[in-house]
Amino acid sequence: MIPARRWVPIALLVGLVGGAAVVRVQQQVDASLGPLQQEVDELYLPSPEWVKRLSLGYDGLLACVYWTRAVQHYGRHRLEAWEGGRPSYALLYSLLDITTTLDPELLLAYRFGAIFLTEPPPGGPGRPDLAVKLLEKGIAANPDYWRFWYDLGFVYYRAGDYQKSSEAFHTGAERPGALPWMRVMAAKVLAEGGDREKSRALWWEVYHSTDDKAIQTSALNHLAGLKVDEDVEQLQKLLKRYEEQTGQPARTWQELIQAGLLRGVPLDPEGYPYRLMPDGSIRLRPKSRIVSTLARSD
Amino acid sequence: MPALELTELTKDYLVGFWRKRPKRALDHLSLAVEEGEIFGLLGPNGAGKTTTLKLLMRLIYPTSGTAKLLGRPLDDVDVHRRIGFLPEAPYFYDYLTAREFLDYCAQLFGLTRDERRRRVSELLERVGLKEAADAALRHYSRGMLQRVGIAQALINDPALIFLDDPMLGLDPVGRREVRDLILELRRQGKTIVFSTHILPDVETLCDRVAILNRGRLHGLGHLDTLLKMRAKSHEVLVSEPSDALAAALARIAHGVHRAGDKLNATVTPEQLFAAVECVRQHGGRLLAVTPVHTSLEDYFFETFGTEKVPELAEKS
Amino acid sequence: MGRIGAIALNTFRETVRERVLYNLIVFALLLIGTAILFGQISIGVQTLILINLGLTAITFFGLAIAIFIGIGLVYKEMDKRTLYALLSKPVRRYEFILGKFAGLGLTLLVNVALMTVGFYAALFYIRGASGPENFPSLVAIYFIFLQLLLATALALLFSCFSSPVLSAAFTFGLFIAGSFSTDLLALSKAVQAPWLEGVMRALYYALPNFRNFNISTGVAHGHGVPGVLVLHNTLYALLYTGLVVAAAVLIFQNRNLK
Repeated sequence: MIPARRWVPIALLVGLVGGAAVVRVQQQVDASLGPLQQEVDELYLPSPEWVKRLSLGYDGLLACVYWTRAVQHYGRHRLEAWEGGRPSYALLYSLLDITTTLDPELLLAYRFGAIFLTEPPPGGPGRPDLAVKLLEKGIAANPDYWRFWYDLGFVYYRAGDYQKSSEAFHTGAERPGALPWMRVMAAKVLAEGGDREKSRALWWEVYHSTDDKAIQTSALNHLAGLKVDEDVEQLQKLLKRYEEQTGQPARTWQELIQAGLLRGVPLDPEGYPYRLMPDGSIRLRPKSRIVSTLARSD
Repeated sequence: MPALELTELTKDYLVGFWRKRPKRALDHLSLAVEEGEIFGLLGPNGAGKTTTLKLLMRLIYPTSGTAKLLGRPLDDVDVHRRIGFLPEAPYFYDYLTAREFLDYCAQLFGLTRDERRRRVSELLERVGLKEAADAALRHYSRGMLQRVGIAQALINDPALIFLDDPMLGLDPVGRREVRDLILELRRQGKTIVFSTHILPDVETLCDRVAILNRGRLHGLGHLDTLLKMRAKSHEVLVSEPSDALAAALARIAHGVHRAGDKLNATVTPEQLFAAVECVRQHGGRLLAVTPVHTSLEDYFFETFGTEKVPELAEKS
Repeated sequence: MGRIGAIALNTFRETVRERVLYNLIVFALLLIGTAILFGQISIGVQTLILINLGLTAITFFGLAIAIFIGIGLVYKEMDKRTLYALLSKPVRRYEFILGKFAGLGLTLLVNVALMTVGFYAALFYIRGASGPENFPSLVAIYFIFLQLLLATALALLFSCFSSPVLSAAFTFGLFIAGSFSTDLLALSKAVQAPWLEGVMRALYYALPNFRNFNISTGVAHGHGVPGVLVLHNTLYALLYTGLVVAAAVLIFQNRNLK
């Protein structure tokens, strides 16, 4: 029988050193395994029907698991995009498809897909067709949920198909609990197509309609982007006026300020200064998350 | 009415891979035990003693034959209210204490809470487990478990008691206690059937025995009758024999033994008359003529020959 | 209190003193607790995850208890020969089986109750005070309990003639097969050969249909449970469990104990 005062310190030492070694080696394993694991991820995704069959009735739980994977997949690729990569978001639709096959009532999954499948690169795969497919599946499973019609209308709107967009808004307006102004929006979209004002209204509605942080953040980034577009148009008018006045394009904002055209350095909605590029274009700060059509961020 | 009656009780086991070969564990056993008897079941390992008890307790079912316990047929479960059974090398619920276990047994007889409390305390006292009563049975020694086993066999104050190897695991003091207990039970008018290997106990306790071997009954009856049936010799005890007498006896007897001033001659029944006549002729003083009881061990060895003889426990 | 009651309470006492039980309950409660953390990953499905995970945890930990203890119910007593002393008393063999079943059933009831308390504690923590939307979960838990009784009966049956390892495998296997039942029926319709369809349908009815009792997905979305379903499931459970226990009684009645 080894007395405690002898084995305790040795046990502690061995435990700590051994544990640290294990952690270190595990990190190495993770690093070398990295690309392998991801590939496995991409290669093998079972068909939704089979997953449902194999779930033995525990599909609700499995749906939550696949939902989590979908969110993580999107998040990982989005991060890659912000780092400057060109991610594919290849599995997003499949994962959401499996999720909603397992639990057709997981409403958030359809909405998430609607927003992010439509998102053009680098923020998403830019596949409104997949978004439509997912939403139609959601409508079939949850015919009384009017918001899917809203989302459908918004997908078509963002894709530029104002005819279908209007129809979706119109149908949705009939559903119980629908927003009254959907009918108005249906008419206006059909008549006038897309504009900044409508986009703003639509994105605000998205923001208010959910408590999912990812969707809210995206909505805010789009709204900020609309503001940026306005700002950029304004700034470009000022730049043109300066060039007309001085005969040379401005190189910095200071020149415009000295010319009395600006009061201070123009800031984007997040408070960062816009960048005036040598070729005369205006850009957001690098790594900005704002989604603007007129100003890039790289 | 006999307390226990077996009629052609037979038990076959089907052995072999396809369970086709019958192995006969008990072969048409018939016997009767009278009320108030202490009856012994004797035999080497595999003789069928435990099989008989298991059949009577309905732990296994007979292939053919019947039995009656206290006049009731085997399938009468209610007669078990008046029966006690101590299994061989008993094992009980090791997560219970002795008190809890005995209480549980008592509950199965439908005794009221007060009755149970009383009986359990009595019995714990009786078998000498009062101090250890509230320790879990998993901590009990073999001997203590044996005592618990005896206690649970008596919890319902049975009229007919079966004990399978009751002395097993007990030290000599314990064995004496059990022996006394069995005698006490007989005094109370109960019938006891027990199987054992300890031959001296059989000799001291049993009124009658049944001797089994390989499932068959080899002998049944009062012990001394059984043994006397095989009594092979007598001892002639002579006091202060003359040398001539001693020499004469030595010629007749097949064994002569001197102890002090006494002479002991062992003779066969045929030689007996001649030996006594010899003593008379020489004017010797005949002290006693006693038949030599073969010990049970001798009986066994003789009957079963080179087959395994039950090990003798230390004679206490 | 009758003999069956005495045996049931003794079985209950045995399982309570079995320390494995406490570990399982602790794990179950931990799992329910961590469900709250899982929910943080995607807000909006927090309640969904909690209910699904919680109910699944109760099911599987309850199943573990039912199987681990159920497989030894009869086997242990036969193997350790504690039955020798027991059956020498005026105890009928069927009373023994019923008592064992009732004892384990009682154990499961207590354990499920404890896990339910943990479950609702977590639910109230997320959702706030109680309301009618919390009631369907209770019905789901009742259904889970019925499943556990059914699993217990199966484990008990196997315990009468099979070693613990095989009994565990058979019981768990039947649980999986029984959870697969709806798909079996669906597959049978897709199959071309009519004889195969017949076989699969027969199998569907023969297998213990654990799927009947699994409503956690719907309950997580707040759907109410129709009273008719409660009635029918209860009847099915009673009937099937009764048949299995009856089979156990029959097998045990005729068994020569070693």
